[in-house]
Amino acid sequence: MEKKKELVLSVKNICKRYGGIQALDHVSIDFEKRETHALVGENGAGKSTLIKMISGAEVPDSGEMIFDGKSYERMTPQLSKSAGVSTIYQEFNLFPSLTVAENIYMGDELLSDKRKTFYDAGEYVEKAGEVLNRMKVDISPTELIEHMTTAQMQLVEIAKAVAKDAKILIMDEPTAPLSTKETEDLFELIGRLKESGVTIIYISHRMEELYRIADRLTVMRDGKYILTSTPDKITRQELICQMANRKVEEIEFHHTWPTKDVVLEAKNIAGNGLEDISFSLRQGEILGLGGLLGAGRTELARLLFGAEKIESGELWLEGKRITVNSPKQAVKQGIAYVPEDRKIHGAILSLPISWNITMPILKAISGKNGIIRQKEEDAIVEEHRQAFRIKLGSVKDHVSSLSGGNQQKVVLAKWIASNPKVLILDEPTRGVDVGAKQEIYGLIADFAKKGLAIILISSDMDELLNISDRLIVLNEKRIVGRLEKEEFSQDKVLAMASGVL
Amino acid sequence: MTHKFSEIFRKYMIFLIFIVLIIGFSIMSPAFFAVGNAMNIIRQISMMGIVTVGFTFVLIGGGLDLSVGSQIALMDILICCMIIDAGMNPVLAMVIGVVFTTAVGTFNGFIITKTGIPPLIATLAMQTALRGAAFVISNGFPKYGIPDWMKLIGQGNLFGVFPVPGIIMVVVIVFGIMLLNKTYTGRHFYALGSNEEAARLTGINVHFTRILTYALLGLLTGIAGVVMLCRTGSGQPNIATAFEMDVLTAAVLGGVSVNGGKGTIIGAIIGAAIIGVLNNGMSIMGANDYWQQIIKGAVLLAVVVFDSFSRSDKK
Repeated sequence: MEKKKELVLSVKNICKRYGGIQALDHVSIDFEKRETHALVGENGAGKSTLIKMISGAEVPDSGEMIFDGKSYERMTPQLSKSAGVSTIYQEFNLFPSLTVAENIYMGDELLSDKRKTFYDAGEYVEKAGEVLNRMKVDISPTELIEHMTTAQMQLVEIAKAVAKDAKILIMDEPTAPLSTKETEDLFELIGRLKESGVTIIYISHRMEELYRIADRLTVMRDGKYILTSTPDKITRQELICQMANRKVEEIEFHHTWPTKDVVLEAKNIAGNGLEDISFSLRQGEILGLGGLLGAGRTELARLLFGAEKIESGELWLEGKRITVNSPKQAVKQGIAYVPEDRKIHGAILSLPISWNITMPILKAISGKNGIIRQKEEDAIVEEHRQAFRIKLGSVKDHVSSLSGGNQQKVVLAKWIASNPKVLILDEPTRGVDVGAKQEIYGLIADFAKKGLAIILISSDMDELLNISDRLIVLNEKRIVGRLEKEEFSQDKVLAMASGVL
Repeated sequence: MTHKFSEIFRKYMIFLIFIVLIIGFSIMSPAFFAVGNAMNIIRQISMMGIVTVGFTFVLIGGGLDLSVGSQIALMDILICCMIIDAGMNPVLAMVIGVVFTTAVGTFNGFIITKTGIPPLIATLAMQTALRGAAFVISNGFPKYGIPDWMKLIGQGNLFGVFPVPGIIMVVVIVFGIMLLNKTYTGRHFYALGSNEEAARLTGINVHFTRILTYALLGLLTGIAGVVMLCRTGSGQPNIATAFEMDVLTAAVLGGVSVNGGKGTIIGAIIGAAIIGVLNNGMSIMGANDYWQQIIKGAVLLAVVVFDSFSRSDKK
């Protein structure tokens, strides 16, 4: 039984120009009540800009936005809030030292407060508790944010929206930091919110989840509206094709190169919460680490890289026992680590691209007096810019001026420039658009072909299963399973990761 | 186009202000625009200039050091004690003085790195304690009686024109520029101040680097302290009070970020020169110290506010 469509929001002919870039070019989209409307497109397609217009963070050059029949030329954050828009960005807006209840009502204090001199903590806790109950999530309103997991924090962000009776909930890559189980929970919650009449505008780069939860998909490209469709009327290939405006192969990773000698061997390593970790890694091999968030994958990576201390056990590199007490030592011995959070740990955004690329090898390309051999540095930067096809204006520009995919290439380039023996990749394609993702897969294949030993951590199941040669699955900081390529299946990994197998 | 223009304007704004000040004072007072007076200004800003170079290292590395003024006071008293009371060779005494401030700087860096105490607090404690020690050792009285030849370092001129402290400052500036722009160590300072954790995960020894910034500041503070001692010809327990604030003002005027990771030696030195020109010009015009302070404060605020506006415009 088809209900009559009810529009909550239509944007009409929105244009926005930043300097020389037309970020939005006459974009018109209708959003209906009670739908999950996915916005898809590569980075720079204009999704985020559009969101900023709707939430009032930016003002369009022309066009209009119609909320519940009322037309606005421009929104302000206040106006947008009163029209019922709530946005959950990738970076949460939470105060770590305050409680859940305080966070939910921050900036939106209860009306009853105005009549009182002092604020009534109990009342906040009670109201917040009701909201959380309505959402059917198990979070205590008096818990401090700093003690919570990322997934819980995200729920608090959603609770903020629910507490305001949001009509439109915008979510930007909400599943990026979540484990598989948490993603399932989030989807259920989205379903419940939708039933209660909320419209969800959903941005994600992950194909399979778009097909699972979206009622409609709108593709944007280069600031233009391309098409809107229901998921059943467009195939994944077509969708990707529309986003990239070119044919992009989805992950295809048959590897044809032989793996050679064992490079890295861990024997009963413990530390950073992990226990009894043993594995070996060969040249040219890609070893995947599977597991839920918090299972210990990143913890293991940081241990191998010396960012945390190995308390017991042995680490062998090329037949020699090594100690890594600091990242500096790890780098020296040929272990490189691409961290999961590119913006915080991977690259130094406020420094030039060239500086970032040569950072790990700076000492090696300097003379005894400490002076950097400028020509050598320039040559290395140029070589890697070309090899990694980093799209940039000038190598002197800050890394922050690059798109996500290109930032990640800078991080990869800096480690490859250091000529490592072991490369640990922690979520190498998170927040990277489809086209750049493929390029990064291509690069990873090249590294392995050349004999680099690679450890891959990924929450993207397709990625993990397609790229890895072997899998180690972790659960609760221990290795719970090992799978060879021919045994790979999503179900097996999930079962092991959740401790069923 | 306008966007480009505003960026260039911002980049050279501080230099423009410097030129405008010189032209302004020259018009208002003929005595200002003279070679002799220029040399005077150089002599006056030399100590600030020397310390500003070290301060820029620390600020770029994301730190702060409020103890430099007290370091100078205590060190000068110590040197006087060693020469006058203990009869030590003056050169040796001065070397020991510089070693002392370098050690203080290193200690500051060590405490801040190992305990995680905010630099503001750690060095404030150091400032207070060292100043107290200077008074205790000197009983609150200035110590006179260093050999006359030492005064050449503070008051002498090369070829009868260029002040010796100015030469020392130029050498220090060249050293600072080389270190910051040409060596991996300087690059590490920027990395440390921009994003410490990312720097660490790139294999930089962030603890060592941070301590090094403070140690270098201590070293340069020691050199400035020697100049100070030789200029005044005496060790005074209350000298260089609030000196760190002048240095901080100079660095910030010159575009060095107090949040770390940004700034240049040239900028900071022009900042110091602006303060020198303001002080000198206003003295010549007969404005008293208190007025000078008001003007300095107003200029600092104006420059920083303007800078912050033009920054947000860009976005």
